[in-house]
Amino acid sequence: MNTPILELRNIRASYGSIEVLHGVNLTVGRGEVVALLGPNGAGKSTLIKVASGILRPSAGQLMIAGRDATGASANALARAGLCTIPEGRGIFPNLTVRENLLMATYSGHKLSDIEHSTYARFPRLAERRSQLAGTMSGGEQQMLSLARALATDPVILLLDELSMGLAPLIVSELYQQVAAIAAEGVSVLVVEQFARTVLGVADQAVLLAHGKVQAFGKASEIGEDVLASAYLGS
Amino acid sequence: MQELLTFTIIGLSTGAIYAVVASGLVVTYTTSGIFNLAHGATGMLAAFTYWQLRFDWDLSAPLALFITLFILCPLFGLLTERIVMRGLQGTTEVVRLSVTVALFAFMIGLANTVWPSNGSREAFLKFFEGNTIHIGGINVSWHKLITFGCAVVVAIVLRLLLFRTRMGVAMRAVVDDRSLTELNGGRPNRVAMFAWALSAMLAGLAGILLAGEQQLNIEPLVLLVINAYAAAIIGGLKSLPRTFAGAAVLGLLDAYYLQFSDNSWFPQSFMGFGLSGIRASIPTIVLFVALLVRPQSRLRAGTVRFREENKVPSWNTAVLGAVSLIVVVVGISGMLTRSNTLFLLNGFTLAIVALSLVPLTGYAGQMSLAPLTFAGLGAVAMSKLPGDGNLLTLLAAITIVAIVGAAVALPAIRLSGIYLALSTAAFAVLVTKLIFNQRQTFMSGNISVPILDIPFIDINSPRGRLILSATAFSLLGLGVIALRRSRLGRRLIALKDSPVAAATLGMNLTQTKLAAFAISAGIAACAGALAGDKVSPQQYDFTQSLPIVLLAVVGGVGTVGGALFGGLLLGGNAVLANAVPSLKNITKIMPGLTGITLGRNPSGATSQISEKFRPLLNRWGIISFSALGGVGIWALDASRIISHWAFFIGGVFWFLAVMPNLIAIIDGTSQRRWWASAIALTGLAISLGVDWDQAVDSTGKRLLSLILLVAIFGVGTQRVAENAPRIHHSSPDLLGLDVALTPDELDNVERELGVTI
Ligand SMILES: Nc1ncnc2c1ncn2[C@@H]1O[C@H](COP(=O)(O)OP(=O)(O)OP(=O)(O)O)[C@@H](O)[C@H]1O
Ligand SMILES: [Mg+2]
Repeated sequence: MNTPILELRNIRASYGSIEVLHGVNLTVGRGEVVALLGPNGAGKSTLIKVASGILRPSAGQLMIAGRDATGASANALARAGLCTIPEGRGIFPNLTVRENLLMATYSGHKLSDIEHSTYARFPRLAERRSQLAGTMSGGEQQMLSLARALATDPVILLLDELSMGLAPLIVSELYQQVAAIAAEGVSVLVVEQFARTVLGVADQAVLLAHGKVQAFGKASEIGEDVLASAYLGS
Repeated sequence: MQELLTFTIIGLSTGAIYAVVASGLVVTYTTSGIFNLAHGATGMLAAFTYWQLRFDWDLSAPLALFITLFILCPLFGLLTERIVMRGLQGTTEVVRLSVTVALFAFMIGLANTVWPSNGSREAFLKFFEGNTIHIGGINVSWHKLITFGCAVVVAIVLRLLLFRTRMGVAMRAVVDDRSLTELNGGRPNRVAMFAWALSAMLAGLAGILLAGEQQLNIEPLVLLVINAYAAAIIGGLKSLPRTFAGAAVLGLLDAYYLQFSDNSWFPQSFMGFGLSGIRASIPTIVLFVALLVRPQSRLRAGTVRFREENKVPSWNTAVLGAVSLIVVVVGISGMLTRSNTLFLLNGFTLAIVALSLVPLTGYAGQMSLAPLTFAGLGAVAMSKLPGDGNLLTLLAAITIVAIVGAAVALPAIRLSGIYLALSTAAFAVLVTKLIFNQRQTFMSGNISVPILDIPFIDINSPRGRLILSATAFSLLGLGVIALRRSRLGRRLIALKDSPVAAATLGMNLTQTKLAAFAISAGIAACAGALAGDKVSPQQYDFTQSLPIVLLAVVGGVGTVGGALFGGLLLGGNAVLANAVPSLKNITKIMPGLTGITLGRNPSGATSQISEKFRPLLNRWGIISFSALGGVGIWALDASRIISHWAFFIGGVFWFLAVMPNLIAIIDGTSQRRWWASAIALTGLAISLGVDWDQAVDSTGKRLLSLILLVAIFGVGTQRVAENAPRIHHSSPDLLGLDVALTPDELDNVERELGVTI
């Protein structure tokens, strides 16, 4: 049995004295794409924060490649190959595109390589390399944040709502890139509100509501009725 | 023409120094959000260090420079960040600013200790002393050219660093989004340490360059560097090019003023006021103007839950506290020598000044660095107004100063946070330079403030004045608590918690702020007006305000008790220094040291202490026992079994070291409580048993012993009896949602809500 690359064991997490995750178990196998679904306020982003090391869980364990990584700092995890694209735009608005890519060199890759791979995938970013990232369109910004995942060839990729505020065409373009990353064997945990967009890419799906896992299984087997009841809260 | 060129060069080289200082300030402000008031002091310390290495220990100039700038300064910056600044995340701007004030006080104390002002010091030489170069018909010293060159190099290096290197880009990235920086693999803490190290180097460079131009003296070095703050503000604390431009303008203004004021047609006075103070005030005036024309800062949206929390005392507690304070002071004032009476008097005066910060800073969250200036204005008003110190004169003085306070706040009202604090600092410096230092104001260096004239009571003695100031503090304190409980008080709190919410609810922010400033100025004025003695302008100098602000925040600026604690601590410091001369050096750095701990405990000391007593209030048995103990100690005194001093020390020990631990001792289950009681009783026996009048020869040493006794035995008892029931002080509206309440917490909630279930 090969050990899962990412495993959350009985994770509890809280903001101040309000607990948001009440004991969540979740595994992402090697090379697997797991979709994390759930209504607003379910705790999806919180779970991503825990998995990326930004938020320390109040109880439970975070295992990475079979080793206990609870309490490791986010930057150490990032340098070890855990790439996280957080909710909103994962870019520095007051840095130029090129400087944003420079920040990605903490992963150990050379700036020239990162630039090369990014501009090859997204030619639009090449034209805007000296523009402040915050002044680009939402779609371009999201390309830039995804570029970090594409260029630094991570071991695990955590994605939080890539689609937020974007047109369906761009969303599907971005998800093609995600599928390409997954095809290279990168394990992916992806949060998405649009279940149908992501279920096409995912192997497994986990349904989170009220800070607990409500259902999980093969992505193809998650039925409309399960989704509906989770989102509508019936 | 030639003259103009000369002064342009002089101005630019002064500006170059300002630019180097200001850029260091901008580097730390943008990366950590902390405006480092101690930046100038860092430069001063670096200049002294360089002097020590170069002229006292005779190292060669390059070596001394290298050690100072590239080893010691960065090290100092790293340690500052690691030890002091890192703990400050999530605290209010008031606390953050106070911590840098603490650092400031600490460094000045340190410099005074290591390089006492009376110590003989060889001259601090300029670089390449005596060498000049001929440019356009005038002689320019190499030192000036080097200074200018340094600024250019700093500008280029900073530009390259911030835009071309990953560390520099990361410094800007942290400002944008700290957690995203981490997700990229960057280490924000390292970035911050680097920024502080860099900033310390810049301060050091400027300090050394400046010391060559000026003298190697603590005060002017620190203050001249403060001038650079104006340049940083012109740059919006953000843009380095504009900061450099601002610095150049400042330097030029200063030089041109110097040139023109030399002319015979230049007015030496205006309406009887000498204008000699103007030159020194130029940077301050520029700072003030730059602050006022700054674009309006946006209101902070949403409520912020700060780490500080303060409770409002009930009326009973407040009145009881006020009365017992007066009684205690009347009681002990009989036992004190004349000099100790004066020290305590000074402590109470400072406490009143600190109290003036409670409504303004504690309640309304507006930082002021000028409390003593208002006290000074109060003293001046009291002495100049007719009536020779009767109650009406006092009232008139307070009113006038309160109006001045509101008037000062009026232009500054649209500022907040650090900008407001700096504008009050600018005001304080202006008043000092242009009003206090006038011969018309302080005739022959000092004025005598008449003693308050109350019918039928003679207070014309140190003891009388002590009792008067303690009474004044108690009354004003009651007034402040009444204010807190009033409608206006709630509006002040709203102003601090969420200006946006307050404004959308229809509250007039301007009026509320003005009221806060006026009230604060009025209270501070009392401290000056009640001086009842000769006062000198140095007493009300801007730099003297800083320790008061600091200790008020250390004591807990949200509470009246905190103000008292802060004031007495500052006053007590002088007692300590007087009593134990060998401790003099420690007392100089003590205010700074206490303030530096603020990051760990932002609510201040007083609220922590009162938290300890709170659980007692519910247990009648323990209260009676405590009271019985107090009466017992008093009985020993009354029957002459123990001396007054033993009574005093034993009483304080009982109150501070025994009472807070009673619950732990009585509720303790294990046998550790026997150990705890044994320790407490030993301490009590020592306090009561020693013949303090004979065994220890001065008041200061007795007080020192008292502090040691309380610290050793009180903390010892507490540590041993530690397994007492713990009460979690979560906010009452959150408890019980996710976790079931324990009986203790239920008790606590009931008390917080004031209900009995
Ligand atoms: N910084 C925070 N402080 C306090 N509470 C928070 C914070 N962030 C999130 N929460 C709360 O935690 C709960 C879960 O939030 P989270 O962002 O994880 O939800 P989500 O599943 O990502 O929702 P969405 O689909 O809307 O992004 C919410 O009730 C939210 O109010
Ligand atoms: Mg979310």
